[in-house]
Amino acid sequence: MSVVSDTVDWLTDSINHSGTDGIPNRLVEHLGYTAETIAIAGIIAIPIGLWIGHTGRFRGAAVALTGALRALPTLGLLTALALIVGIGLTAPLIALVLLAVPPLLAGAYAGVESVDRQTIDAARAMGMTELQILRKVEIPLALPIIVGGVRSGVLQVVATATVAAYVGLGGLGRYLIDGQAVSDYAQMAGGSVLVVLVALVLDGIFATLQRLATGRRPQKQTSPA
Amino acid sequence: MTIRKIAALAAATTLGFSLAACGSDDPTEASGAPDSNSSSDTITIGSAAFPENEIIAEIYAQGLEAKGVKVKKKLNIGAREVYVKALQNGEIDLVPEYSGNLLTYFDPEATATSADEVEEALDGALPEGLETLEASAAEDKDSLNVTSEFATANNLKTIADLKNVDGLKLGANPEFKTRSYGIPGLEKVYGITGIEFTSLSDGGGPATLKALLDGDVDVADIYSTTPSIVENDLVTLEDPENLIAAQNVLPLINEKKATDEVEDVLDAISAKLTTQDLLDLNGKNGGDEKTAPATLAKEWLTAKNLI
Repeated sequence: MSVVSDTVDWLTDSINHSGTDGIPNRLVEHLGYTAETIAIAGIIAIPIGLWIGHTGRFRGAAVALTGALRALPTLGLLTALALIVGIGLTAPLIALVLLAVPPLLAGAYAGVESVDRQTIDAARAMGMTELQILRKVEIPLALPIIVGGVRSGVLQVVATATVAAYVGLGGLGRYLIDGQAVSDYAQMAGGSVLVVLVALVLDGIFATLQRLATGRRPQKQTSPA
Repeated sequence: MTIRKIAALAAATTLGFSLAACGSDDPTEASGAPDSNSSSDTITIGSAAFPENEIIAEIYAQGLEAKGVKVKKKLNIGAREVYVKALQNGEIDLVPEYSGNLLTYFDPEATATSADEVEEALDGALPEGLETLEASAAEDKDSLNVTSEFATANNLKTIADLKNVDGLKLGANPEFKTRSYGIPGLEKVYGITGIEFTSLSDGGGPATLKALLDGDVDVADIYSTTPSIVENDLVTLEDPENLIAAQNVLPLINEKKATDEVEDVLDAISAKLTTQDLLDLNGKNGGDEKTAPATLAKEWLTAKNLI
């Protein structure tokens, strides 16, 4: 039997379509971990990124910090955290948030930075407060890049959330770890295929969002000839 | 097993280098001799690539040497697939084994679980040319452990007593969920149902231990010779129905090398080796002391009056 047909059999076997171990439940768990991670990372990273982009302060520190965070091996970090905080959702959430913060932060400050200085000067000259500039000028213009940061963060987290299974949680990673434990390669391959599919679908959704964000930008005035 | 395997791999790599460096100046080997294995009186001892097995191999080696048997060591070979092959093609002659796993290696369909059944089945399952000698009482196998407080509070002595605990939470390797000695066996053999299973992928290591001590799980599957069992005063539940297959330590040997003299020495060692000994030896090897396997083997043999 080839791995491919075994994998198709595993994916289509109705035994895997319901219950705790079923694909729908594992998928919901996986998306749940991803959503929670992105929500927490967004609350932390986006305000800080907007502030860095708006003021230009601590930019060097932010670049260095996000670079360092990107270099952290998630599985190693998770194992260390699990020994400190124990098993449960906390350890994988912290590890995944640290993975998601760099792209979200970078998207936020790079987006605001990319706004034309003359536009901001004009807004300021019109008498807008700093908060108004941020809300009405910088964020709308930066939105495609901010969403791009979220898109990149979501992709990394959805692909890495499989590690949660290492400390006893669910998600699609269960198939990889349980499959390996009993040399069930069809299950492992099936789990991998599902992760890839989810990543592709989410990337497609965010690509659309990014296009919509671009479309929402204020229309350029056509200058009279 | 994963962490063990990684540690063992690192150890094996280091050892490989040192073996390569000093292999040629073995004083017992006449220069220009064709192959030491062709000399029928030298016995080459191998071991799997994890510390406990290496310690037992050292015990065999030093015990035999003390009785004048010529011994060569090729320790830390790797997984069973590798060293059994080495045994069959004559690269090594003797290796410390675990009865249950050895049986399922040669007969994946085997159902024997008690020590006697396993040994009997092994006789039939071993390929030509290989035999096992007298088994020791020492066992390294999956064992179900609870904290002493939990044992007292729920009046637990054996796995069967778990039946009276409501909402039991159990942490173990992922394979525990499907293997016959795991959740299905607990239900079938002991009638324990409704277990909340948490799969922990560190082979009964520190994360599993922490989950047990924190109360995230009530019962943890930890290998019976892991020092953390003793260090944390855990209670290992007895297994009266032999749910978990016996894993007695025994010598697996090339029949041609199993002379009466060799058998006597190895039988004497097996007669004295206990699970408690393995716990102590592993503790000294892995704990703060980091005592080398060769030193531990010598201490054990001396303490048991075998050398």
